[in-house]
Amino acid sequence: MALINYSSKEINCKIVYYGPGLGGKTTNIKHIYSKVNPDHRGKLMSLDTELDRTLFFDFLPVDLGTVKGFSVHFHLYTVPGQVYYNASRKLILKGVDGLIFVADSQIERFEDNIDSMDNLNDNLNEYHKNVEELPLAIQYNKRDLPNIVSLNELEDALNPRGVFFCEGVACEGIGIFEPLKEVSKSVLRKLR
Amino acid sequence: MPMDKEESFEIEFQSIKDSLEELCRETKALSVLLIDKAGQLITSAGNVSSIDIPSFATLSAADFAATSTLADLIGERDFSTLFHQGVKKSIYISLISDKVILAVIFTKETTLGLVRIKVRKTAEKLGNSLEKIFDVLESEYSGAVDDDFINEAETELDSLFE
Repeated sequence: MALINYSSKEINCKIVYYGPGLGGKTTNIKHIYSKVNPDHRGKLMSLDTELDRTLFFDFLPVDLGTVKGFSVHFHLYTVPGQVYYNASRKLILKGVDGLIFVADSQIERFEDNIDSMDNLNDNLNEYHKNVEELPLAIQYNKRDLPNIVSLNELEDALNPRGVFFCEGVACEGIGIFEPLKEVSKSVLRKLR
Repeated sequence: MPMDKEESFEIEFQSIKDSLEELCRETKALSVLLIDKAGQLITSAGNVSSIDIPSFATLSAADFAATSTLADLIGERDFSTLFHQGVKKSIYISLISDKVILAVIFTKETTLGLVRIKVRKTAEKLGNSLEKIFDVLESEYSGAVDDDFINEAETELDSLFE
């Protein structure tokens, strides 16, 4: 839940990038770090393994600036996608306000996407939350690769709720800001 | 938020700030930070200008969350305090009212024992104020912001995430 501090006039929102391992979550957040005006973002912090796989999380604070007297901050997190890091994933979901699911479009990762979406639901349920109630957007990543699942099949499998989605090539910076904008706006609208 | 709630929030928030400043003074700590379990700073006392606050708050919460899970794995309910000792600076982190994390950063000018005692005292004082603050923080935010806020925020988001 967004933390509104009426005394210091601050609004803090937590947005989590979720999805299967090696799907491109960290690439998304690194691109955001490189493109957002440095005056509006903090340091990118990565807790990863020696092999550069996310161990605990990546974290990037982004400041929207002052809106109607409130200083608005977005805290972006990625979770480790590998199946065996579920304990870390669950911890990062604590207090989540919005989600961006980064799906891997490759045919051989199709089942991993579905497992990861199921895992997201299971982990949210432990916090008595439901993915249906949270702002969510989906990025179908790696659309530049040859061996990919069609968009329709991905949509059928992962997006029964019909939330915002876009095609992405995260390593080239394609389709990164659209889902972030969508979810950020939905998170703020929930405060209305 | 209705005015009486806002006033009550202000009063309790100021009382929390005062308690943190007293704790900081009495323990000669460098800084004291109150953080929610999701890793967001609620307020602080002392000198925090040299700290990257968002990273510190996030890591403290993650540290605590990871340790709580470790406790669970060995059948403990929770480890309510964490202590990281450095050569020059140390950090004492404790869970208060099961809701927020209090982190004290201190040097060799003070002792762990003193920090521990004073934190316990502060935790007792904060309990009631925290309950009231969280009543407000955890209430539904409908009406927290208006349409003008949303319109302006959306314009800012469009320009920030171009």
